[in-house]
Amino acid sequence: MPEITLAQGQAHIRMGSSIGQPLTRWEGVLKTTGTARFAADQHQAGMVYACLAVSSIARGRVTSLDVAAARAHPGVIEVMTPANAPALALHPDAKHHPFMFRLDLLQSDAVRFANQPIAVVIAQTLEAATEGAALLAPRYEEQPARTGLDSATPFTPPFIGAGSPGAESHGDIEAGFAAASVRIEVEYDTPAQYHNPMEPHAIVAAWDGDRLSIDTPSQGMAMAQQRIAGLFGISPENIHIRSPFLGGGFGCKGMISGPQILGIMAARLVGRPVKLVLRREQMFGPVGHRAPTRQTLHLGADADGQLTALIHHARTATSTFDDFIEPAANASHSLYASPAIRTTHDAVRIDTGTPLFMRAPGEAPGSAALESAIDEMALACGMDPLAFRLKNYADVAPMTGKPFSSKALRACYQQGGERFGWAARPTAPRQMRDANGMLVGWGMGTAVFPALMFPAQAAAVLRRDGSGVVEIGAHDMGQGAWTALAQIAADALGLDRAHLEFRSGSSDLPDAGIAGGSAHTASAGSAIHGAGADVIAKLAALAMGDEASPLFGAGNAGVIARGGRLHRRDDEARSETYGEILARAGLEEIAGRGAVAPDQAAQAAYAMQAHGAVFAEVTVDPDFGQIRVTRLVGAFAAGTVINPRMVRSQYLGGMIWGVSFALHEHAAMDKRSGRTMNANFAEYHVPVNADVPSIEAILVDEHDEHVNALGVKGVGEIGITGTVGAIANAVWHATGVRVRSFPITLEQVMGL
Amino acid sequence: MNRFDYARPATLAEAVTAGALPNAAYLASGTNLMDLMKGGVARPSLLVDIGRLPGLDRIELLEDGGARIGAMVRNADLAYHPAFARRFPAVAEALLSGASAQLRNAATTGGNLLQRTRCAYFYDTASACNKRDPGAGCDAVGGENRLHAILGFSAQCIATHPSDFCVPLTALDAVVELLGPQGPREVKLEDFHLLPGSTPERETVLEPGELITAVRLPAAAADFAAHARYVKIRERTSYAFAVVSAAACLRLQGGVVTQARIALGSVALKPWRARAAEAALCGQRADAAAFRQAAETALQDASPSGDNAFKIELARRVVVRALSLAASGTPARLPALPASAFSGEVAHA
Repeated sequence: MPEITLAQGQAHIRMGSSIGQPLTRWEGVLKTTGTARFAADQHQAGMVYACLAVSSIARGRVTSLDVAAARAHPGVIEVMTPANAPALALHPDAKHHPFMFRLDLLQSDAVRFANQPIAVVIAQTLEAATEGAALLAPRYEEQPARTGLDSATPFTPPFIGAGSPGAESHGDIEAGFAAASVRIEVEYDTPAQYHNPMEPHAIVAAWDGDRLSIDTPSQGMAMAQQRIAGLFGISPENIHIRSPFLGGGFGCKGMISGPQILGIMAARLVGRPVKLVLRREQMFGPVGHRAPTRQTLHLGADADGQLTALIHHARTATSTFDDFIEPAANASHSLYASPAIRTTHDAVRIDTGTPLFMRAPGEAPGSAALESAIDEMALACGMDPLAFRLKNYADVAPMTGKPFSSKALRACYQQGGERFGWAARPTAPRQMRDANGMLVGWGMGTAVFPALMFPAQAAAVLRRDGSGVVEIGAHDMGQGAWTALAQIAADALGLDRAHLEFRSGSSDLPDAGIAGGSAHTASAGSAIHGAGADVIAKLAALAMGDEASPLFGAGNAGVIARGGRLHRRDDEARSETYGEILARAGLEEIAGRGAVAPDQAAQAAYAMQAHGAVFAEVTVDPDFGQIRVTRLVGAFAAGTVINPRMVRSQYLGGMIWGVSFALHEHAAMDKRSGRTMNANFAEYHVPVNADVPSIEAILVDEHDEHVNALGVKGVGEIGITGTVGAIANAVWHATGVRVRSFPITLEQVMGL
Repeated sequence: MNRFDYARPATLAEAVTAGALPNAAYLASGTNLMDLMKGGVARPSLLVDIGRLPGLDRIELLEDGGARIGAMVRNADLAYHPAFARRFPAVAEALLSGASAQLRNAATTGGNLLQRTRCAYFYDTASACNKRDPGAGCDAVGGENRLHAILGFSAQCIATHPSDFCVPLTALDAVVELLGPQGPREVKLEDFHLLPGSTPERETVLEPGELITAVRLPAAAADFAAHARYVKIRERTSYAFAVVSAAACLRLQGGVVTQARIALGSVALKPWRARAAEAALCGQRADAAAFRQAAETALQDASPSGDNAFKIELARRVVVRALSLAASGTPARLPALPASAFSGEVAHA
């Protein structure tokens, strides 16, 4: 069993507060007993089943489909192809803003990537639909697939990631290198990876005239509503999305995908509710992925080990028909103090599905390369890797010179290093062995992730019976968002958790923004905080203006809401219940709303990011090169901790993803066909429990007055950053072999 | 998946009659067959469920020191059978290094022998595969073939047999008991699987309708119990097929090898018995030099079938490690991570 310590939980508990308590997930029992109903578990009267047929070529066109054979199969109701697909109000290749990704919705016979949907078979049973899809036996006119980072002439994208400039520069690079006495130039490769939440994309769609109801996992219901509304020419208010449970998202459920839209089209075509669930191998293509990168880092340092210049260039790939540019080099913007930093990107267009945001997009591959390069530079300077990082510690944001809103990274280094025992590390490689003669190595990496926030809204109600309701269309991907948000809601309303009804997971509720960018707690939580403050203020106004109230005239002294009562701030003994206030006012309930957006002034003034330090121990079999991560210690500072249990889980999950990135995960693509040959869980490896024998996350205290009203930074993605480099550096330390291609495999270190 | 008929015969005789019908397939636990059917790789028109046939689920420890394992004995039940594991520790170790706990609880003895290769091109119906579609060609050649064969392959097929269990069984001269429409017969496991040659679609010596009823270990196999190990290199700690594996079983007298058994896994389309290496070891002192020489001999005919030359040297080193571990003695308890290079954990078995 992995070692999971909960020893630190108590430190975060504040008396009388729901925030800071290590509550378990509200839906834990439902999930462990199988009673939580995910989208694919939903059934509706008259519902039929749809199965995608996908392309086995990466480029060309479909010349024939044996629709007759599929239709003749018992149970098959309809075959949806470009010939009969319902007309759309908006072409799915239209792109009005960067978050509008082009979708393949049977508009033509063109094939632009392997596993592109080319037809949908709708049948009475899943089995009939699946066999119907197999019977289509497509024929193609195939063109040679363009695969890999060398298969096309690169172009320079103006924008990368979510809209950042593709090239950024600070300081005088040439002067920096001129001042350097040590220089290194190193190149790292990272592979294509595919989001594979345990729950594949699934949808149950039902039309009622122009009204559409949908069960589907979504990290962004309001955005999905807008996208669907545009495609079908209906009002967003007529689209009702239910998404109470997600079996993981990781970014691939952020924007509604083509296959989900095809489920809606299928329902329209047959006039009945339709269920469509992706097969595992269909996750490898039409729902996004992390693009491969080749990154070059050019570092200069002076004789004291102070960086003088840093260039980080990343080449990546996008599809032939749309743009998502993995912003890998931007990882070098935020961590190390260098008087000159330049980051650039270019990309090639290849025959692939469009890549997309995947947990720590840009940061994950960028950190893998940067943290490896920093390790190489520390060695070149003859310094301990931690000492080198401290020497180059950024007290202000390296690119902009802005102060940090808060930055407890030194404490992360100190607490993580101490817990790990870093001080005992020999500088030279191949110095340590375990009792069985295995090579042992220690490595570290710095973790960083921006503290983001998106616009969000929430509604709150206090009732005369002493209960309260908070409503917000928030998304629980399994990370525990609802649990943590309900804790915020309880504090915002001054109620015990038991008296709070928390409603979420539906597009009919206020827009909580997108659960992405590690920003959901900050965004949705701030909205809830605002809604609570609004309703409490209204209630307080009632009481303070009521001569019969013990709070009458509290005025500027104000009131405190706690335990279902308002107390005078200057005399807490004077208080009364919410119910008493409402009853005297003749009200059954009182409502408030919260709407938040990032504080532009604070963002202009401060650099905002979460930090961490990850320490890794690996053992390597000296004969086989087989690598095992025997110990991981991460220490992270991310502002206020709403729920230490959930936060720790997020860190651990991120760090395990780092193990996956470093040692396992990659799409094995056939370079001739452009097809992923390991599109299943037996061969697309992610770590199993036995790969993570000891893992610890330390929650480092940090107080931030600027990021948002709650002082919350995101924790969902930062665990991957730092960890990949830490493991790669530990492999070097164990073996003396520097592997610059991920994942690190045994033949790279077995010493052939 | 295609529509198919399902039969659940009550007797072995009925089973082999049904199993001989055109395009019939036996269904044991289905851990491999179901995946193949869902992917359209296997499209049988009749499934003959042998799950409830009488007498196939017995583990018999024979009085002569051998053992007879019914074809429906589950992998986990066999591995955790204390007396069996004492007699044939390398077999138990191999079993527990395979798949996952859930799969081992379901997967059967006969099914393990008949599991299909993990070659991605075999599983992908859009790829050319001579095994799936004779004469179609082999897309694994020149493709993603890092884990493919280094021994016994042909231009028509470079796949490997992925079994762990079969590796020590082959080393220990296991015999496969068959029942067919023509009656029972026996085949040495070493001769059971076929190398691809020009007919990679023909994977075993099974005739239409023939059913594996049991696997037998001869009495002599138990003579190696004190020095029998299995070593498996895998890319994650559990639930991964071998990159390369080896079983090594020794009899020692005064530090000298009197008998040796060596077999390799995931190097060829069958578990690979290294008889020349065994012969070379006999009479040698059980030391590193002799083990390395044996490993050189075991891989002397190896060559890369693609981007997998590393597997040749890796296989040599795995043979050396397996022999070294076997020489130092079978541990009293199974390691917590069976067949893993990483030991020192708390044992669970």
